[in-house]
Amino acid sequence: MSFEGVDFYRLDGLLSEEERAVRDTVRAWVDEHLMPVIGDCYIEGRFPKELIPGLAQLGVLGANLPEEYGCAGLNNVAYGLIMQELERGDSGIRSFASVQGALVMYPIHAFGSDEQKKHWLPRLAGGLEVGCFGLTEPDYGSNPAGMITTARETKDGWVLNGTKMWITNGSQATVAVIWAKTGAPDDVASIRGFIVPTSTRGYAAKDQKGKLSLRASDTSEIHLEDVRLPKDAILPKTGGIKSPLSCLTQARYGIAWGAIGAAMACYDEAVRYAKDRVMFGKPIGATQIQQVRLAEMLTEITKAQCLVLQLGRLKDAGSMTPQQVSLAKRNNVNMACECAREARRLLGANGILVEYHSMRHLANLESVYTYEGTHDMHSLILGEQITGLAAF
Amino acid sequence: MKIAVCLKRVPDTESRFTIAPDRVSVDTAGLKFDMSDFDGYALELALRLNEQQGGGPGEIVVLSLGPEGTQETLRKALSMGADRGIHLACEVVPFDGLAIAEALAAELGAGGQNYDLILMGRNATDTGNATVGPMTAAILGWPCVTAVSWLELKEGKGTAHRELEGFTETVEFRLPALLTIDEGIARPRLPSLKGIMAAKKKPVDSRPAALGEPRVTVQAMELPPERTGGRIVGEGPEAVPELARLLRDEAKVL
Repeated sequence: MSFEGVDFYRLDGLLSEEERAVRDTVRAWVDEHLMPVIGDCYIEGRFPKELIPGLAQLGVLGANLPEEYGCAGLNNVAYGLIMQELERGDSGIRSFASVQGALVMYPIHAFGSDEQKKHWLPRLAGGLEVGCFGLTEPDYGSNPAGMITTARETKDGWVLNGTKMWITNGSQATVAVIWAKTGAPDDVASIRGFIVPTSTRGYAAKDQKGKLSLRASDTSEIHLEDVRLPKDAILPKTGGIKSPLSCLTQARYGIAWGAIGAAMACYDEAVRYAKDRVMFGKPIGATQIQQVRLAEMLTEITKAQCLVLQLGRLKDAGSMTPQQVSLAKRNNVNMACECAREARRLLGANGILVEYHSMRHLANLESVYTYEGTHDMHSLILGEQITGLAAF
Repeated sequence: MKIAVCLKRVPDTESRFTIAPDRVSVDTAGLKFDMSDFDGYALELALRLNEQQGGGPGEIVVLSLGPEGTQETLRKALSMGADRGIHLACEVVPFDGLAIAEALAAELGAGGQNYDLILMGRNATDTGNATVGPMTAAILGWPCVTAVSWLELKEGKGTAHRELEGFTETVEFRLPALLTIDEGIARPRLPSLKGIMAAKKKPVDSRPAALGEPRVTVQAMELPPERTGGRIVGEGPEAVPELARLLRDEAKVL
């Protein structure tokens, strides 16, 4: 029996036919192409890059960007459903798609020149190029405005120097969107984005080893040493820290949906196991303790679904705020962590095996909880929104 | 080539069925629906035939008969690459294959249609009658080949394979023809997301189905009895005679 999603509140009725078709198509793709390999990839610590052409052909890369650039031109609810379905498979695969779409294609679309858009977007949508997003630095995680990477203007272009860390897709990327200060170290307004082909001299990426989470995803450190770029490498419409933060809002929006996919995968597995596994002469699903676990999971998943659906409608209407995204990312990822943990426990000893999915999701979600604004930072963003007083 | 593919919208085969209070139909509340499996193979075959033609003039028309929701199945076919859809509207799909065949033949055989090929699944995954294809062909007076597992078309003629129990049959026929398609001929593709968006812009005409008078009706529907537990007749070689006796006298399978 293949995966069954959760729709306890008949939210399907609030989706359009196209939105449901997109979700069902990506779900079928994940069943067919990702599920058979994900366990081995996770154990081997390998991103399944052989799936990139398939993802591109399906049209998931930058799916909410316009058709004129070779993208699918979907609305944001359909885009969210794609993220949900990919993360039902694995957070690492969803991370790949998030980075390519929301952190590389989105800034090129939002801040790039016509030439940059025409050159890069179709190639990224088609999977001919793989992108990464260089914002975080070893000493500047939650506080990216403090970055020390510099871009110095010369008479014929730019020279970049600095180090970026925790960069998804970093080592396999063919192009990087790098954020750097063009002015003094304390000049936050001078932060600009640059399109950097990774074959440029002085660019070096190396994978971060020893990860116990997101093992089917590449995470890298990027070193930029006198990386010389032409004048037109700069994203002309970027200006200040709000430019990269707006990209993060896009990615966090997708994560809020994606987390539901991971949670549903764990719930689905837990329900099946609870019905099948017999102990003391009856299925463990007939015991109160497991029923409470499952009821809690179903409730939290359903609440999370209501959150993102309305968030998506707001985004499509153009009135979504970053704080609303913070609330959804914070709630839904935390919810997914809880579901994965409870599912893993319900599965008993089997729950630690890779042939089941809950512990893989649990381990992945610890990263998702921490990246794209930690859970705690989103609490503080909401705190500031509520009180008007920044605690960071 | 102008190809018509007839699609039936059926409950997803992974659904758990319950019988409706009328005792003659399946309760559709909460059921998921999709294109019948064999019809998916027929559609994929049509798409490949026209792709192989290399952009020559060709059209794939998908037809489906049923209630409003049937249009969703047609749009799925359009998102996979069919060119336009025809929805033959009726409240309930009759059980009688002849009643359906009469409606399909009235549409497909109408003047000026000039189809080269009509494809449909070997049988519907819900009713499993396998009658609509041959009956439609009979009304049209067209050659019909059922359960096609391989196909080649050349100069107005076709060669098809049929996988039968223990052997393969090769048959030849002239076009236009109606073929029913077996599994395995061509695994249906997933629609692309762009295809899903493009399908919104493709035309779907809806008109009332000219259904024939049903001559066969369902009188009762029952779920299969719950399976009872197995029985252990003994252990080791000593149990064999007793097992053989039971298989012969009780189960009557030997």
